[in-house]
Amino acid sequence: MIDLAIIGAGPAGLAAAIEARALGLRVTLYDEQPGPGGQIYRDITRPRSDRSAAILGPDYLAGRPLAKAFLASGAGYQPRATVWRIAEDGLSFTAPEGGGDQAAARVLVATGAMERPFAVPGWTLPGVMTAGAAQIMLKTTGTAADGAVFVGTGPLLYLVACQYLDAGMTIAAILDTTTKGALLGAASHLPGALRRPGMLMKGLRMLRRLRRSGVPFHRGVTDVAFEGDQALSAVRWTSGGTAHRLECAHAFLHHGVIPNANMTMAARASHHWDKAQAAWVVDRDAEGRSSLPWLFVAGDGGGIAGAKAAALSGRIAARAIARDLDRGAPDSARLLRDYAAEVAIRPFLDRLYRPAPAFLAPQDDRTVICRCEEVTRGDLARAMQEGCPGPNQFKAFCRAGMGPCQGRMCGPTVVSIMSEISGRSPEDIGYYRIRMPVKPVTLAEVAGLPTERVDGRN
Amino acid sequence: MFQPLEPGSGPRVRVFLDDTPVDLPEGANLAAALLTAGFSPFRTTPVSGAPRLPFCMMGVCFDCLIEIDGIPNRQACLEQVRAGMRLRRQSGAANLEAAE
Amino acid sequence: MTAADYIIVGGGIVGASIAYGLARAGESVTLLDQGDVAFRAARGNLGNVWVQGKGVTVPDYADLTRQAALDWPQLAAMLQDETGIDLHFRRPGAAFVCFTEEELQRRGKALAASNADTRIKNTFEVLDRDALAERLPMLGPDVAGGTFSPDDGAANPLFLLRALIAGFIARGGRYLPRHTVTDLARDGQGFVAQTGQGAFRCGRIVLASGLGNAELAPKLGLSAPVRPVRGQILITEKLQPFLPVNVSFIRQTVEGGCIIGESSEEVGTDDGTTLPILRETARRAITVFPMLARARVVRAWGALRIMTPTGVPVYQSRDGAFVVCVHSGVTLAPWHAMGLIPHLVAGRFDPQTFRSFQPEDADVPAA
Repeated sequence: MIDLAIIGAGPAGLAAAIEARALGLRVTLYDEQPGPGGQIYRDITRPRSDRSAAILGPDYLAGRPLAKAFLASGAGYQPRATVWRIAEDGLSFTAPEGGGDQAAARVLVATGAMERPFAVPGWTLPGVMTAGAAQIMLKTTGTAADGAVFVGTGPLLYLVACQYLDAGMTIAAILDTTTKGALLGAASHLPGALRRPGMLMKGLRMLRRLRRSGVPFHRGVTDVAFEGDQALSAVRWTSGGTAHRLECAHAFLHHGVIPNANMTMAARASHHWDKAQAAWVVDRDAEGRSSLPWLFVAGDGGGIAGAKAAALSGRIAARAIARDLDRGAPDSARLLRDYAAEVAIRPFLDRLYRPAPAFLAPQDDRTVICRCEEVTRGDLARAMQEGCPGPNQFKAFCRAGMGPCQGRMCGPTVVSIMSEISGRSPEDIGYYRIRMPVKPVTLAEVAGLPTERVDGRN
Repeated sequence: MFQPLEPGSGPRVRVFLDDTPVDLPEGANLAAALLTAGFSPFRTTPVSGAPRLPFCMMGVCFDCLIEIDGIPNRQACLEQVRAGMRLRRQSGAANLEAAE
Repeated sequence: MTAADYIIVGGGIVGASIAYGLARAGESVTLLDQGDVAFRAARGNLGNVWVQGKGVTVPDYADLTRQAALDWPQLAAMLQDETGIDLHFRRPGAAFVCFTEEELQRRGKALAASNADTRIKNTFEVLDRDALAERLPMLGPDVAGGTFSPDDGAANPLFLLRALIAGFIARGGRYLPRHTVTDLARDGQGFVAQTGQGAFRCGRIVLASGLGNAELAPKLGLSAPVRPVRGQILITEKLQPFLPVNVSFIRQTVEGGCIIGESSEEVGTDDGTTLPILRETARRAITVFPMLARARVVRAWGALRIMTPTGVPVYQSRDGAFVVCVHSGVTLAPWHAMGLIPHLVAGRFDPQTFRSFQPEDADVPAA
């Protein structure tokens, strides 16, 4: 029995582990990747050249001391582990060296964010990937693709495009889907954003850099569709009242990030619809307590706030857990103040980069909304005509959300389309009931039987 | 095509891609290494047979599924390159009988 | 307040089958259903159209089941014709796997006895492991054998539900999801059903709300002694077809995934999953088909079945009110959509005809 099991080795999980160890807790951290860092600091411990470091920039390299401190903290660490079940008694996981069950007094979910699904015609074609995926290619293998089209809105899209420019890559076009309404709506949140002027300036610098780079920059982009037979061959869109078409082999999509909530949902913690972030988010108090006494949440998995805020929320949660377990911890007032200052810019960013309604709820009936089961918007519209009252009945009737991704890539779009067609609010519509296993694991792993070693490492 | 920004300096190891020997950087993220090697598609879907490549690279989209050492539907974006890996394109639904 | 000839309470497979059947018969029907999250037994169901071993000690129930199974192709064709929805109905036969020799012998005897007093006979064979392996090539070594019946089949229960509701709407039925019935009362010659969205009036009412019947039936002088029995179900990723015939607790769907489940627990209305049961279910599945060890589980869930004290369905009526309590909604769907309808139209479940299906505590007058 350990005191605390942490899931996720991003900034929230790492900071929580360091803090919890400092408070004397027995901690083990589970993570899918081979090294610490999560997605924001993916592959942060790998030695890299000065050039690679320069391309990825100081915000990325800020993860190095955190990962180093974690590895020195004395926390247990199970990399390459898939946690497939969490419950009051602890968790079950799989790993190449063999998985098992771990009893734990508290579980901290720090599973971070995922990019919001960007369902447009042709988004399943080989060659179309997320901007985050393109960045992971840079971080993990130092590779990039020439002549790509960047599509969407949000800081990560502009950051990856800037990194591409720094790497000397050519960019075919940037198709910016930020809406005029979002610019106006965000303006009212500017005072909050000015509490973090550094972040604001960083964003403006990136946009200026892209506009001056000579890369074609199209604003107010709508009606994005990808073409191709076996792979991406062109992108179509509308901007400035004109239809455009551009041949390309790579497209990188981004419409912001949303909490990766499957773990907390499968645990049956309560969640709410966050209107500002247009996403379902786990209920948590300021110290990370969920509606379940054994379950805490830190980082972007509990609402998007960014890497620095994630690390702070990890420390805050670790202290709260120590107090819960009667182990004592310093007061968190200072950390909570820092956290509040860190997230002051969020309302501005959330509004500015909220995707246009026509992207959240695609209009074209041919659009694949469930990538696994290849269910289209038209299938959903038809099911609703037949009286389908919500996402779970839709899942049952059309198989959307039944594939290996377990609804991660279609759930948000299904809710948005249902809301748009029915006029009901997303909170009224609800969400898929997410089940264990949180990720697919083999029947042998569920059975707790030794799985035969097949990856040649014995 | 994804191309390295710098010449690779680390060791490369031999893996088998649909029985063809290929040398990939040891320890590299498997999905990234395969994309860079031009392996396409990773799989065809069990529903329509459509080709797919990795989409998210972070373990949530399940489009990078391939067969590794006889085990179907593994997420390549969560694996690392190891010498001797036997990799196969995932064609449609998992075939467990073949691995018997 | 809206009036209909019939109100059906409960839009699961049982309620939707009856609603569809009545609409086909030209009746005016309103189907009041819960919202998106209901204790929907259709979702906890393997989809078996199952004959062998059903009603072993109650010949009337065995005959009801067997006739329904015989009528399944007709229902499937009818619904596909009317809605375009393929129910994935197949009848290649199915096997019940036994893990010990003793269990196999006991099972063979029980099936033989189940043919003694029935109108329709169930064809079955008792097979040792090697004989069973001829039908199930991937069968594991640690199985004693099993019984095989060509009368058994399966369909997709979710597509069945969808088609029933679509067919009902196409026949002019009024489907109202998110209309959970909160109260019921007699009102003159008819009934009034209260929902969160208003009151609904009707001449006749059919209670088919599964576990909800227990609370609603007494309001109309009926009895629905049902209790929840939880089954925990696992479903795998899509696999290449390997199961030419299904096994009682493992069914490979037409899409390729395997649905696995055989547990039953009395845990109230908790529809969660537990590690020990999932573990045991997975182990038994691997024992039957060792190759499944490498199949990935994509979902597991608990579903609540509707169980009567004897396991035999209840069909009871009283002055225009009907209650139907059934745990085999898939198998009996043709009966509910076709055979049962004339009895509803006639206004009562004649106690003589339905003598084997009265609740034990029934106080219904014999006439």
